[in-house]
Amino acid sequence: MSFQTDNKLIKWFDDRLPLVSVMHHTFVQHPYPRNLNVAYQFGSILGVMLTLQIVTGIVLAMHYTAHTSLAFDSVEHIMRDVNYGWLLRYMHANGASMFFIAVYLHMFRGLYYGSYKAPREMIWIIGVVILLVMMATGFMGYVLPWGQMSFWGATVITNLFSALPVVGDPIVTWLWGGFAVDNPTLNRFFSLHYLLPFVIFGLVFLHLVALHQKGSTNPLGIEIKGPADYISFHPYFTVKDFFGFAAFGVIFAIFVFWFPNYLGHPDNYIPADPLVTPAHIVPEWYFLPFYAILRSVPDKLMGVLAMFAAIGVLFILPWLDRSRVRSAAFRPQYKWFFWIFALDCIVLGYAGSQPAEGNMLIISRIATIYYFVHFIFLMPVLGWFERPKPLPTSISEAVLAGKASSSGGENA
Amino acid sequence: MSAASHGGDGGERRDFLVITAGAFVGVGAVGLVWPFVDQMNPSADVLALSSTEVDISGIEPGQSVTISWRGKPVFVRRRTEAEIDAALAVDMDDLPDPQSDAERHKDGKAEWLVVLGICTHLGCVPLGFAGEYDGWFCPCHGSHYDTSGRIRKGPAPANLEVPEYEFLTDTQIKIG
Repeated sequence: MSFQTDNKLIKWFDDRLPLVSVMHHTFVQHPYPRNLNVAYQFGSILGVMLTLQIVTGIVLAMHYTAHTSLAFDSVEHIMRDVNYGWLLRYMHANGASMFFIAVYLHMFRGLYYGSYKAPREMIWIIGVVILLVMMATGFMGYVLPWGQMSFWGATVITNLFSALPVVGDPIVTWLWGGFAVDNPTLNRFFSLHYLLPFVIFGLVFLHLVALHQKGSTNPLGIEIKGPADYISFHPYFTVKDFFGFAAFGVIFAIFVFWFPNYLGHPDNYIPADPLVTPAHIVPEWYFLPFYAILRSVPDKLMGVLAMFAAIGVLFILPWLDRSRVRSAAFRPQYKWFFWIFALDCIVLGYAGSQPAEGNMLIISRIATIYYFVHFIFLMPVLGWFERPKPLPTSISEAVLAGKASSSGGENA
Repeated sequence: MSAASHGGDGGERRDFLVITAGAFVGVGAVGLVWPFVDQMNPSADVLALSSTEVDISGIEPGQSVTISWRGKPVFVRRRTEAEIDAALAVDMDDLPDPQSDAERHKDGKAEWLVVLGICTHLGCVPLGFAGEYDGWFCPCHGSHYDTSGRIRKGPAPANLEVPEYEFLTDTQIKIG
């Protein structure tokens, strides 16, 4: 199955730099479980989105000016004067949202099918690092248009670090390069916003190396046992992935062409004013659950720590989950708790979008507590008490039995 | 590998699907690439600056002013009788890029010469009233232009370009 060719030039080249055979192995020959479902589309979609963000970003940087007195106008210049500037900017801004939609679905896929469990911990951990770098990139990108939300978002988020005892204030001053968010802040954010996507690219490479080391999980959560259990990446999954790109691209296009500002905030079309804060500031939607956790804790330092812990806990998830069964399909109790957790995240997201007062504050506190209870308490305890359904002996057996749909399904 | 699966069982149908899908992807890809290419072309605000009006009433014979048009220098030179005569006296055979003086100014406006101040060699700005022909001299690589802005000596291949312009009144010209 390894790469073969009669072309002497390619042979000569590949013998010295095995680029062709590595690409062949990765995108043609690599075996994937034959039963991957639609939940497994998002990895390749994320690869496309990262590429698209980098390409549109490089192009936008050709027209953008990172200076407090020019940034806002340069964005309007892109929208009005630059050929197709409106399209490129809307693709980039909505692309960030689509990127996060895909990454969250990708992660929930991992949670449902136990993709983070041994021996795939490193895939998951690198993935969480990618999420963190993505968040930093998204946040700094939102600052660049230098509207009111940009400015006050930058102020609030950088001020998170002021919660740290002793070193807090010097760190914030260092981040700002001054005594408030100002031109030095904007310039360094632009520089880092340009850099970090390439860091993500490198991390994605490691993510894929780790993936190919142990192979993909699958909806059954059992390992490949023989040739009947897998099919090659090409043509089966290339076709499936291209279908995924098309479907996802339709949703993306609907936002870009019909609702380009739906996911943004109108206040960001007001130029930044360091003297007036908007009445109700909210982060971009993809930060809302974490924002709700921050606000639900009535202590500055604890709130910040809780917010970072909400992501930090994901790093130790492979060891918190004590169940030996990967897929929620065979975990009757975990399946329910998974959906409750997903609902909890949506509740947190909604709570984060609302003013932190009255009932909404109480709801966000309950949802915050449940978020941590799910990971710290339910995940280990379920592993001990849950009685999983019997696993099929092989992927091919389960798939073919399902297809025949005669006596006995996947659980027979 | 798909060729092997071609039988009587829908091989043509599969070919049709592959070709149409491929064609759509190709058209879509080209359509998607175009905005990324076109964004580097001059933007609307740059194109809006593509013409410049100049008041030439203050220019005395023997003087030249430099105007910025599309970010490039334009020389507006009011030539003296002697300079015009010098330009007319040149034998066409002596010119690397033959062009009569009359072709280089508007009819009846022989004293006004309007040329792009960019050496046709590699884009430097030539110095006025300099060089062996007292027209322009490019200090970068030594090209000499005469009082009609024509190349006479040096590496430049062509005469200084005459931009599109018109006289709005006797004292007002519009370049571009």
